[in-house]
Amino acid sequence: MELEPLLINFGKIFVVANILMVGVAFMTWVERRVSAIIQFRLGPNRVGPAGLLQPIADGIKFVTKEETLPAGSHKPLFLLAPVIAFVTSLCAFAVVPFGPVIEVAGRTINLVILDLDGGMLFALAATGLGVYGIVCAGWASRSKYALMGGLRASAQMISYELALGLAAVGVFLASGSLRPTEIVATQAGWFWHWNIFGGFQLVGFVIFLVAGYAETNRLPFDLPEAETELVAGYHTEYSSMKFSLFMMAEYIAMFTMGGLVVTLYLGGFMPGFPTGELAGWPLWALQIGAFTAKLGFFMFLFVWIRWTLPRFRYDQLMDLGWKRLFPLALANVAVTAVLVAFDVI
Amino acid sequence: MDSLQFFGFVIFATLAIASALVVVFHRSPVISALALAFNLVAIAGFYMMLNAQFVALLQVIVYAGAIMVLILFVIMLLAISNEAGLHKSGRIQTVLAPLLGIACAAALGWGLWGVGDANPLPVSSADFGTVNSVGTELFSTFFYAFEVISLLLVVAMIGSVLLAKRRL
Amino acid sequence: MAPQSLLVLSAILFSIGAFGVLWNRGAITMLMCVELMLNAGNLAFITFARQFDQAEGQVYAFFVMTLAAAEAAVGLAIVIALFRLRESTDLDELNLLKW
Repeated sequence: MELEPLLINFGKIFVVANILMVGVAFMTWVERRVSAIIQFRLGPNRVGPAGLLQPIADGIKFVTKEETLPAGSHKPLFLLAPVIAFVTSLCAFAVVPFGPVIEVAGRTINLVILDLDGGMLFALAATGLGVYGIVCAGWASRSKYALMGGLRASAQMISYELALGLAAVGVFLASGSLRPTEIVATQAGWFWHWNIFGGFQLVGFVIFLVAGYAETNRLPFDLPEAETELVAGYHTEYSSMKFSLFMMAEYIAMFTMGGLVVTLYLGGFMPGFPTGELAGWPLWALQIGAFTAKLGFFMFLFVWIRWTLPRFRYDQLMDLGWKRLFPLALANVAVTAVLVAFDVI
Repeated sequence: MDSLQFFGFVIFATLAIASALVVVFHRSPVISALALAFNLVAIAGFYMMLNAQFVALLQVIVYAGAIMVLILFVIMLLAISNEAGLHKSGRIQTVLAPLLGIACAAALGWGLWGVGDANPLPVSSADFGTVNSVGTELFSTFFYAFEVISLLLVVAMIGSVLLAKRRL
Repeated sequence: MAPQSLLVLSAILFSIGAFGVLWNRGAITMLMCVELMLNAGNLAFITFARQFDQAEGQVYAFFVMTLAAAEAAVGLAIVIALFRLRESTDLDELNLLKW
């Protein structure tokens, strides 16, 4: 086993994991400030410049709070559930390409942690395993609210996984591959080559986005963790660091969904205009910057929609997932297949 | 390279066998179901080591991610707490089951002796296990089987909905 | 990693599954042990597919997975229907036809 590729991989994982964690902390600040602006108030702006050190204060609060363990709970699973949720959502980001193949000090590094041939399936698999974190949390808490919240949340997640996967199948047909780097490569050039425009995947984009919101339990699909409905759903009995692991898992899942949407539909790290003669570090910086900008927009969209739309009732949620999104996604696959067969795409 | 693969094999094998034993012996069905999900992910790890990427990912998505969640749902909704409330096993079963289990293992072992190659696996071709190769095989040689199994899934869906309905 | 060791592992998992079906009383745990057996068979399929560098074994494993899904769904529906009748999953309670 050669040491050098191993070290490069560890380096990539280290950098990405750290950036994601800092991003999560930043997102909590963004969420509170943007929600405040939408609601015509100020939000946290005392701690540090413009309140930017607020996440650190929150982190200290979480770490120093008392750790409770309900008396009748199943201790191993109770402690393991947030870990499962956190690890699976972090793993799903491994297949998102956040940059091109760069050359640093004579070594070529592909800016994606895991360049699998079935890369998109890996993302679906990892988000699918995230259901276990919620199910374990709900069951191990031995509490009525937690169990019902856990079952509802996992039913919601597996229902919308179907629509998510089928919408992505449209992209696989349009781009001809499941490998994320190849999907991005087919969207090079002007922005009308992106899958959402030139690949005729606008309907698929909407389905994927809606299903992505439901997968990450964000409003308007956050009934499983709504305070007014089920106390706090599956994380009712969780406190301090275990709860913050759930929150971090949710934010990382948001990043992953945003990354997948950008990769599948909006050209990944392609800047949307032909870069012509540009090569080397200027080109790579432009591409990484393009990816970051698009991902940032989708993070903002997550927060914006959360504080704008009301919540779905549970039966409305299931109705939307099974009776509307799923047939629509099937129709999308059929139409895309016809378009590919007639060389339109 | 060789020692790393051997190391990985031993770890995954231990995890798979340990979780299988938990599935069989644990009192609580929920823990059995979670152990089975863990076992399925360990087997998917084996498939990845064998370069069969597509089947490994399908195993996690379909088997561990959908079937086991379905089983967990049924266990939790029926509130089946543990297996201790059931009838005690008769003496015949307590004696015969382990004997038959060992006999099964012995028979399989004797049948497999010398069948498998003891040499390390050959290096696989570049497109072994890719989505493309499996898909091509599936839709050309096994096309009719594919259509029939789709039909089977529809039938199973209709059947399970009808069986589980409270009132037809 | 030789095919021999993978096949032996597959045989061990299959035997554990078979023993589990014989040993357990509850319907759902028995179903889970059947899934163990199917999985062990899948492992053997993939091992041989890799040894002979073919996609055929993987397609068989794919079909086995699909069948396992259909079987689990129908089996669980039967268990639900029986649970409504007998309030327990003990298979010894289903003795109405016993003479």
